[in-house]
Amino acid sequence: AGEGSGPVPADGTGPPAPERVLFPPTFSVSEIKNKQRRHFMFLRWKQQQRKEKLALKKRRRKEREALGDKAPPKAVPKTIENQRVYDETTVDPNDEEVAFDEATDEFAPYFNRQTVPKILITTSDRPRGRTVRFCEQLATVIPNSHVYYRRGLALKRIIPQCIARDFTDLIVINEDRKIPNGLVLSHLPDGPTAHFRMSSVRLRKEIKRKGKEPTEHVPEVILNNFTTRLGHSIGRMFAALFPHDPQFIGRQVATFHNQRDYIFFRFHRYIFKSEKKVGIQELGPRFTLKLRSLQKGTFDSKFGEYEWIHKRREMDTSRRKFHL
Amino acid sequence: SPQVVWSMLGNRQFCSYKMTTKTQNFCRNEYNLTGLCNRSSCPLANSQYATVREEKGRCYLYMKTIERAAFPRRLWERVLLSKNYEKALEEIDENLIYWPRFIRHKCKQRFTKITQYLIRIRKLTLKRQRKLVPLRRKIERRENRREEKALIAAQLDNAIEKELLERLKQDTYGDIYNFPIHAFDKALQQQEAESESESEAEREEEEEDDEDAGEREFVEAEDSELSDFEDMDKLETSSEEEQEEEEEVEKEASHSKSKGKTPLKGPARRKRPYLEIEYEQETEPSTKTKAA
Repeated sequence: AGEGSGPVPADGTGPPAPERVLFPPTFSVSEIKNKQRRHFMFLRWKQQQRKEKLALKKRRRKEREALGDKAPPKAVPKTIENQRVYDETTVDPNDEEVAFDEATDEFAPYFNRQTVPKILITTSDRPRGRTVRFCEQLATVIPNSHVYYRRGLALKRIIPQCIARDFTDLIVINEDRKIPNGLVLSHLPDGPTAHFRMSSVRLRKEIKRKGKEPTEHVPEVILNNFTTRLGHSIGRMFAALFPHDPQFIGRQVATFHNQRDYIFFRFHRYIFKSEKKVGIQELGPRFTLKLRSLQKGTFDSKFGEYEWIHKRREMDTSRRKFHL
Repeated sequence: SPQVVWSMLGNRQFCSYKMTTKTQNFCRNEYNLTGLCNRSSCPLANSQYATVREEKGRCYLYMKTIERAAFPRRLWERVLLSKNYEKALEEIDENLIYWPRFIRHKCKQRFTKITQYLIRIRKLTLKRQRKLVPLRRKIERRENRREEKALIAAQLDNAIEKELLERLKQDTYGDIYNFPIHAFDKALQQQEAESESESEAEREEEEEDDEDAGEREFVEAEDSELSDFEDMDKLETSSEEEQEEEEEVEKEASHSKSKGKTPLKGPARRKRPYLEIEYEQETEPSTKTKAA
């Protein structure tokens, strides 16, 4: 009963006033054997630390104001993005080589508006309910897309048929234990194939405060933070899924945001309330992707030429190094 | 003798190959013909016995006779059966000629079953095999945690809003949204007003788009924006009204067929582009009279 009411006489080192507690220099809270007293002294020590910290902050602020213009610039806190290891393949927007590559790579016909994207969405064998529903919602989000059941067909045999029917992209959603967990995105006429690990899939009904269904309008596309060459090519892959001319009447936007090698996909409807304010409302499914491998040709796991594979031992050594 | 063996193993004593279940007894002996623990199917309790077994896709007929009962090493005689189903059946018949009917029949049945499952194996291996990749728990946990942190660091809503506002500023939306630029750039405003009065025809079409777009859901929400920008409106109405009146005069002169949309483009544009479209028709005569 008497423990919490004030400093305990038994320790004999601290003065009775809780205002400014002076501890002798050799005293350490951890040396008290009694748990309750130790806890109490620790709390007091913590309070004291907090007060000191506040006082330090105040002092610093006053100094800064006193100095006025001559004050040193505010210290920017270190974040992972700040500390990111510089990647030598970072794309410079004015780089000619990159521009030349992009003009001649597999997406050039799309970006020159020679092809209209037509997408085939399918799953692995025997999809479960969640995956099926996710495929349907994805088909509503991506215009001009069709869902077909797999029924045990081999991808290598599907691909020539798709090319014959003018499909430009193939999406295969892999499923494990009734939830989708992988995505293979393949650009069809001989284009690159990207294999992603998919996580946190939320269907439309699981999203809180969602709006009505996505309409048939072509959405806009936002690609954020794809800085390196690899990221750039993946970004172009995503952009090639959507038709080139968005219908602004629909006010829908599909976002692929890359943060620390995780690509977050969101689908929103936006409205400009004024020039400086915009409201967004999330419709549509959401998921995150993490790139596992990028292959030069169409899907071929055995003989394909891999442009990039995620090798855990080599690539996951540094926390500040990202590849996209 | 086999009867003694059976009386021991079958009922009374322990047989290590015997598996009992609620309804049946099974025999785990690899030479057993039927798999059940019976007097007639026990390979230990029958001195004359035969089985069909397959190894690496080829079927063999194993036979055991009394003469070799003393030589465990040579006890089971093995005969390779042909790959052809009918021929193999004939071979079984040949080798087991004069053997009890039960054993012959069961051998052939077993052989049939074995060939059927071998065929199925061959068919399945031609199809795609599902490769099971083990998940590494630590790595999965690490990736999930990193994903959460990346999500927090991404601040998606802010990023998307910023990007949309950027696009609005850079005029990617064209003239669909007609928001005024704010007070600190009045000169720019006047410039824009001049350029707008020049490009009237384009704007007529876009206002039609506006009408279509006005059927969207968010119509009510726009009421609130007025309250935010009331002060701004008061600041600018004076300068704007003069310009608007001038524009209206020009438009009335040039377009005889007025759809009632263009005249109040000034104030309508500023406050509520969608709702005000209805007002335009009412106030049009009043402004006309003003201008006149």
